[in-house]
Amino acid sequence: MQNTYENPFEQRKQCWQLGYTFETKSYSMNILELHHLKKYFATQKAVDDISFSIEQGSIFGLLGPNGAGKTTLLRMITGIFYPDEGEIILEGKKFDPQHDTIKIGYMPEERGLYKKMKIGEQALYLAQLKGLSKTDALEKIKFWFQRLEMQSWWNKKVEDLSKGMSQKLQFVTTVLHEPKLIILDEPFSGLDPVNANLIKDEIYGLAQRGCTIIFSTHRMEQVEEICDHIVLVNLGNKILDGSVQQVKNDFKENKFKIQLHEKPSIIDSPVFEVINQEDAKLVVKINDGFKSNDVLKHFIDQQVNIEGFNEILPSLNDIFIRLVEGTKATTRQFQKI
Amino acid sequence: MSKISLIIKREYSSRVRSRSFILTTFLIPLVFVGFIVGATILTIKGKDQLKIAVVDENGFFKNRLKSDNDVQFDFPANVDTLNYISKGYTALLTISKIDTSKQQTFYVRSQKAIGIGASQTIENKIDEVVEDNMLQQSGIARSKLDSIHDNSHIAKIVSLEENGGTAKESNQLLAYIIGYVCGFLIYLVMLIYGMMVLRGVMEEKTNRIAEVVVSSVNPFELMMGKIIGIGAVGLTQFIMWIALIIVLIAGAQIFLPHDMMEQVKTLQQNNGMMQGGNAVQASEGAQFIFNSLHTLSTANWTFILLCFIFYFLGGYLFYASLFAAVGCVTEDIQSSQSLTLPITMPVIFSFIIGSNAVQVPDSSLAIWASIIPFTSPVVMMSRIGYGVPGTVTYLQLTSSVLVLIAGFLFTTWLAAKIYRTGILMYGKKITWKEMMKWAFRRS
Repeated sequence: MQNTYENPFEQRKQCWQLGYTFETKSYSMNILELHHLKKYFATQKAVDDISFSIEQGSIFGLLGPNGAGKTTLLRMITGIFYPDEGEIILEGKKFDPQHDTIKIGYMPEERGLYKKMKIGEQALYLAQLKGLSKTDALEKIKFWFQRLEMQSWWNKKVEDLSKGMSQKLQFVTTVLHEPKLIILDEPFSGLDPVNANLIKDEIYGLAQRGCTIIFSTHRMEQVEEICDHIVLVNLGNKILDGSVQQVKNDFKENKFKIQLHEKPSIIDSPVFEVINQEDAKLVVKINDGFKSNDVLKHFIDQQVNIEGFNEILPSLNDIFIRLVEGTKATTRQFQKI
Repeated sequence: MSKISLIIKREYSSRVRSRSFILTTFLIPLVFVGFIVGATILTIKGKDQLKIAVVDENGFFKNRLKSDNDVQFDFPANVDTLNYISKGYTALLTISKIDTSKQQTFYVRSQKAIGIGASQTIENKIDEVVEDNMLQQSGIARSKLDSIHDNSHIAKIVSLEENGGTAKESNQLLAYIIGYVCGFLIYLVMLIYGMMVLRGVMEEKTNRIAEVVVSSVNPFELMMGKIIGIGAVGLTQFIMWIALIIVLIAGAQIFLPHDMMEQVKTLQQNNGMMQGGNAVQASEGAQFIFNSLHTLSTANWTFILLCFIFYFLGGYLFYASLFAAVGCVTEDIQSSQSLTLPITMPVIFSFIIGSNAVQVPDSSLAIWASIIPFTSPVVMMSRIGYGVPGTVTYLQLTSSVLVLIAGFLFTTWLAAKIYRTGILMYGKKITWKEMMKWAFRRS
């Protein structure tokens, strides 16, 4: 699996075959920086001193269990809530909710559209609310509707659409005004695999064009697949921050999968412990103070042929569960302040 | 285009284009007119004749009690309380010995109560017979008395209002009608359009569109856009109603005979007199139309219309923002009911005070209620027909206007603070106490 991540941007380029203007990416620049953000509600500390920064053009995963404070954090980034303390820096300047909304596209977890409104009018209205002129908006709606094969929907009402269809519409209205920062909260829920792939390709494409994407989800396999960088929050605090690869390395348990030619005669060794054995397949954990070569040496000395030797990196799912369970408080306890 | 005007436009056009708007705009005036016409027709002919058997011990009333369209009196022999129904009578009236020196009581028996109208008629008929009898005894002819009655109606009271030295003609009935109609309309506006705002806000919340929209515009713009948009819908509806009424009246004129309209014109030109002095009499219809037009012309319509628009908008804005505040904390109509009660109560009270104030426009209750913003839109409109600065002083009017402006600025501010917090809060039952906490906390 890991190999596919060696060059995610190469892969994205393949997905994106659109002749749109490409922005030159400068990876050094942070599009968004959060400094010591705090938001307290009457009964809880929803966000308690969180800082991190997001590189431009990256796909950033914001993870956390239910009630961790993700939505509150996202609402502060979108300007819906004012932070009690701390500041948000967007493109090097202090975030100004009045004027910066055009730079942000937000698709909340709970989808919302006007049920009785025609789809074309709805897309136009939401784009104009973001600050596009009518002609610009119409042109972009046409482009996106064509791209996602939605042209025939124009005069339909939202109440006539299936859940997946309205999801697609919601995605279009989120990215229509070409925001620099796109925030997607569970973008694939309710989509079938075909449409999910379609949206996934669009996400890669947007990142390729220089858009930064904040991606919030509980589905860890999607995070592993899509994200470059992740932050894990729990109980209003940041408990993890790093690139996907780095996080996995940090949490590795020195476990290796070994495929031997035949079943070994002696497997007891001070170097490792066998966790699982199935004929010639072994899963071992290397003891402290030893290295992987020591394991290889053990089998070479026994003159057993080694056919495969891989390190087992923990899945994000395992890391997530380990970290969140460690805090022993997936259910937030309310406290009077 | 600025964002708030986009929101106003959406709120306005989505409602004005809806089928229910078009239906209510055209149907309500028709239903209203139909109701009046129907009620008139029913009172004119809808009644059955009541057949009454009379048992008259003295024989005094026989052939003197006159039957008419409403009641028919018969004097059959051998009728009593047991058999009057089987003989085909609805009621049995028993008259004992007449004693004119005191008020007497007679009894009417029937299976069902005969109703206040019928019993009044019977009472009048009996009184008439007794009166005739007394006139006869005093030697006065009935025709003589009738002519005295007719000719003694020589006085007509026109009340004049002091107006800086010159007296202005005022009309109590017209003031009453203006007050009642305007007050009632404003009462309707505050309830109907207030509830429309509540439902609109609640719909945005339950649809979850609110979160998408407030990431583009600030919540205050969203709330004000909705309130102004729906207010414009209300105003449009009123303008269309007024236009429709004018068309209906113009249409009615076509059905009036041509010479009657000519007479009305002549009356108008000659200040209520026909050419050629009293020799030529205008027809009754023409006289009636002239009198109505003359009465209508005594009111200051421009002023009343201006006041109406002000109190319409002021009252609407005052209550609509409160309704919006309730809408943003509820997710279904049922749970909103307990929260809307404190808002609808003052609206209903203002209507009750208003219907009192059209009769006694200068009671201290009416004066105070026309200044306090919770009730002022309805109550002030029900007093204003009586004239400014007569019944309503300039001081009362200006303070009412200023207090209402301050009032709706305050409720808007209050609602905006509640709205900001409430619109994105789900799954929790909110009380007015909590809403007030949100409104008055420092942010």
